[in-house]
Amino acid sequence: MTSFHKNKIAIGKLSNAVQRIKPSGIRRFFDLASTMDDVISLGVGEPDFTTPWNVREASIASLERGFTSYTANAGILELRIAVANYLKKFKTDYNPENEVVITVGASEGIDLALRAIINPGDEVLIVEPCFVSYAPLVSLVGGVPISVPTSIDYEFKVSAASVEDKITPKTKAILISFPNNPTGAVMGKDELEAVAQVVKKHDLLVISDEIYAELSYDNKHVSFPAIESMWERTILISGFSKAFAMTGWRLGYVAAPEPYAKAMLKIHQYAMMCASTMAQYAALEAIINGQEEMEEMVVSYRQRRNFFVKSLREIGLDCHLPGGAFYAFPSIVSTGLSSEEFAEQLLMEEKVAVVPGSVFGSGGEGHIRCSYATSMEQLEEAITRMNKFIQKHASK
Amino acid sequence: MNSKEKELLRLLEKDGRISVEKLSKMLDVSTEEVVGMIHKLEKAKVILGYSAIIDWNKVNETETVTAMIDVKVTPKRGVGFNEVAERIYRFKEVKALYLMSGTYDLSVVIEGKTMSEIARFVSEKLSTLDSVLSTTTHFQLKKYKHDGVVFEDRDEDHRIVVSP
Repeated sequence: MTSFHKNKIAIGKLSNAVQRIKPSGIRRFFDLASTMDDVISLGVGEPDFTTPWNVREASIASLERGFTSYTANAGILELRIAVANYLKKFKTDYNPENEVVITVGASEGIDLALRAIINPGDEVLIVEPCFVSYAPLVSLVGGVPISVPTSIDYEFKVSAASVEDKITPKTKAILISFPNNPTGAVMGKDELEAVAQVVKKHDLLVISDEIYAELSYDNKHVSFPAIESMWERTILISGFSKAFAMTGWRLGYVAAPEPYAKAMLKIHQYAMMCASTMAQYAALEAIINGQEEMEEMVVSYRQRRNFFVKSLREIGLDCHLPGGAFYAFPSIVSTGLSSEEFAEQLLMEEKVAVVPGSVFGSGGEGHIRCSYATSMEQLEEAITRMNKFIQKHASK
Repeated sequence: MNSKEKELLRLLEKDGRISVEKLSKMLDVSTEEVVGMIHKLEKAKVILGYSAIIDWNKVNETETVTAMIDVKVTPKRGVGFNEVAERIYRFKEVKALYLMSGTYDLSVVIEGKTMSEIARFVSEKLSTLDSVLSTTTHFQLKKYKHDGVVFEDRDEDHRIVVSP
């Protein structure tokens, strides 16, 4: 039998849910860019720092001491205690014994949260543009993703009215993430309180993905469960990837009231057993002794943000000042190109990789995501090339 | 000294030739302010020269303690002293590390905020390494000359080119 025929049988057996999901729009750009040499990539969604050495060394030491077996399903208690203590800096209080679960990246946390609360047909409001996994994960659990678009008019924050607009009797939860990937938007206390009013009024749950919390440059991050009467309605998702430059370790956590935490732990223990033991020991070192180095990284991101956003404006791209994460999300409407055309032509003509805003959901079209988590030299060269590109297309 | 000035110093320490325009963008202040800040820092002899060597003792709240530690170790077959040396120099507290002839093997230069911070490093991180046999710690009382700044090569970028 040819592989075509073998695959034909296999495809017929795939679940409807997985067949309905579209592949990520980012994939195409990855395939394009990775075949080319001399590409300056502003398309990377992770820090450009290597994990601090003390963190790597702690993991090596744990291996040397033979800590290679499973841990408790929820993660080693020491780490949960450290996470709970750490979260107090954002004015949230969780019991490490039964309200914190260590997960395989924040990504697993999102999946756990959705699986724990969504029944088939439940609607989940997703504030867009956003990380590419939210809507597919909602679909996989049988939920219905409902887009709540944001726009440059409100600096990509989500307004209470736009949330209320999308609420139906089937709405179960809302998924938000600030500081935001891809827009860099952040929300202050008052703005979150307005959303909280709607959440309370319509008896919703909130999944708050705060993976970029530490990367807030102008104001202190406001955690959603710290908003009055939101703690009991919120599943907090976070992790070590962005703040401590630990993406490859795949380590995150969820924190939530006990019934939710317990439900998520139930799923986690069957599906995952526990997060990687050596990664947990690394994370323990990071969260206890990594604060200073993390703050140095934050300063460096802020400097590069300032440089890059100003430079984008100088070459004629409108760009709001992103308050967090490490992305600039300039408008490319002035070029007359769609975000996908812009990204593709920029890559082909000037070898600069960016991600079209359209792949991040509604509200993203007309913008491109540029990650400034790369060296100053690369950023300068990228600006030079983008300027050339814009000049060329303006004169057409 | 305000935080913008401290930030400026750290940038100059890394790259003494960084342009005023670039500094102005990174720090989010006007070019005039950058020039003014640099001038003021020059006059106060915080910036001593344009190899960008900075006397941190003249900057409030950034005093440090330096210690030189003589370390005796057991070399390992095949890798000699290199393996334990690497294990030690990767700690960011270690400013310099030399293999020495004479009565001890490695000379480690450590910087910390306080003496107890250094003592903690010696007792918790250094002495506990398997190959380390003994340590002798000498605190510096006054710094006359300092050229121990190690600029490590930037790690190669291993990241995939486009990711969510």
